[in-house]
Amino acid sequence: MKTLGNRLLQMLITLVGVSFLTFCLTYIAPGDPAMMVLEAGDTIVSEELIQKTREEMGLDKPFLVQYANWVGGLLNGDMGISYSAKKPVTEKLAEGFVGTLFLAAVTIIFVLIISLPLGIWSAVRQNEWPDYVVRVCSFIGVSMPNFWLGLMLLYIFGLKLGLFPITSSSVTAKGVVLPALTLAIYQSTKYVRQVRTVILDELHQDYVIGARARGLSEQVILWKHVLPNALLPLITLLGMSIGWLLGGVAVIEMVFSWPGIGATAVRAIMMRDYPLIEGFVLWIAIVYMVINFLVDLSYSYLDPKLRKGEAA
Amino acid sequence: MSDLSAFVKEHRLFSCYTLLVILIVLIAIFAPWLTPQDPMVGNLKNVLQTPTAEHLLGTDKLGRDTLSRIIAGTQVSLFMTICLVMLLALVGSAVGIVSGYFGGKTEMILMRFADMMLAFPGVVLAIAIAGILGGSVVNTILALLAVSWAKYARLVRSLVIKLRHSDFILAAKVNGATTLNILKRHIIPNILPMVVITGAMDIGTMMMEIAGLSFLGFGAQPPTPEWGLMLNEGRQYIQTAPWLMIYPGVAIFTVVAIFNLWGDSLRDVLDPRHE
Repeated sequence: MKTLGNRLLQMLITLVGVSFLTFCLTYIAPGDPAMMVLEAGDTIVSEELIQKTREEMGLDKPFLVQYANWVGGLLNGDMGISYSAKKPVTEKLAEGFVGTLFLAAVTIIFVLIISLPLGIWSAVRQNEWPDYVVRVCSFIGVSMPNFWLGLMLLYIFGLKLGLFPITSSSVTAKGVVLPALTLAIYQSTKYVRQVRTVILDELHQDYVIGARARGLSEQVILWKHVLPNALLPLITLLGMSIGWLLGGVAVIEMVFSWPGIGATAVRAIMMRDYPLIEGFVLWIAIVYMVINFLVDLSYSYLDPKLRKGEAA
Repeated sequence: MSDLSAFVKEHRLFSCYTLLVILIVLIAIFAPWLTPQDPMVGNLKNVLQTPTAEHLLGTDKLGRDTLSRIIAGTQVSLFMTICLVMLLALVGSAVGIVSGYFGGKTEMILMRFADMMLAFPGVVLAIAIAGILGGSVVNTILALLAVSWAKYARLVRSLVIKLRHSDFILAAKVNGATTLNILKRHIIPNILPMVVITGAMDIGTMMMEIAGLSFLGFGAQPPTPEWGLMLNEGRQYIQTAPWLMIYPGVAIFTVVAIFNLWGDSLRDVLDPRHE
């Protein structure tokens, strides 16, 4: 229970720290938010008007008061109003999140389809040609910038073969394929190596020798004994990926014009929409930490050894 | 000379990759003399030309030679990456040594801060920092430095803590060595190999992140011949001039791959215990 309390405290400190840091950044950044709000709405900007807007937005108050006001609003579920969209920040983030969630789900499915069989294959045939081929491919993938991979897939499958739309401004099943595939290939290069290592580790365990001695077939040993044990360490990795994906993969979303939270954030940064940026960074921090926390929980739940350690 | 040839014989792969790395560094240094055409000056008569004998990799929207821009880009990308990795190693080691050797409240605060950075997806914050500060070469380096130092600090701290309690440090203390001397003669030489390995293995990743930021428009600004920025500009011409987005990507991939291979083999040479 003590570790749980510590964990929550650590999470709280991180949240406060990250939000404070972002707030500082937007505060010291060049450009006057009041000007930007006014310029967005086609009016002739006078000095008095700027002053009045600054007061309305609370920008004339000292820095710490502004931060306190923002945190106060946060506790009531209010993240402020986006300058560029003139909508509540929470609403903008929620809109983007639908796209991001869909993209993340499809990506994870692709990752599993690609990396599990390849990783297992390369482990079982260690130091034979399948192993070499898989390892070379995974090395190539690691060294390739994912946005460039996205562009190439877009060029080949979108433009030359015309199989998928080039841009997808709304969430569609056809539009998700290429961005998800790009992300999945990029992630799989790491997964394949992990799966391979984990399976190899398990194959060298005593219980595998025992099973062989009892005359079990290699197939049974692999599917019935090795795999269930090997899946456990992969859950951490999967959790990290989900956190990464839900954070919005800004670059890929921009390449494919996918309406996700990452693209929302990039546009917010380009337009210096500070409330939206602050909201986004806080959102990422929360998602990341909750996922990490859940991964740890599931880990201790799934691994009987850890459970026993807790009880003792 | 015989030492060198013995070393090459023993570490064939490493020597081979080192040669490639030296080649890239030479291209970067001598880029201004190697470019067949001026990478910054365009000719509006030659806009968006397909690859020809005169322009081997075609021209961009301002009629500038793509090959020349890629060669010039080697200098920009490599310079940014090396600066970033060296700063990372420096800042990370400083924080790691201070918190690992002296401990106490300083350590607690620094490590809480490091944990905070590690608990957060770096790239997102880097985009925010670079974007808010305004895109430029310096801001890109600062943004990535701000989100990546924690890994180095953690590593160095754990190495220093292990060293601090070792017998030879105690012996040095008993013999009356000053703290500064212990740090200089015993701690730093002992952590250096690991820091160098980590830095070398990070070059490829950092190069890709720099290119990624530039690709989004938060890094180097036009007309700088930076690979990520070139991909961003070429992206609009994906239909009419695909060479603009193919070749800069090939350049990033090649250089990153070489540095990754080199980093891995450097680890094998410097740290034989690994695997």
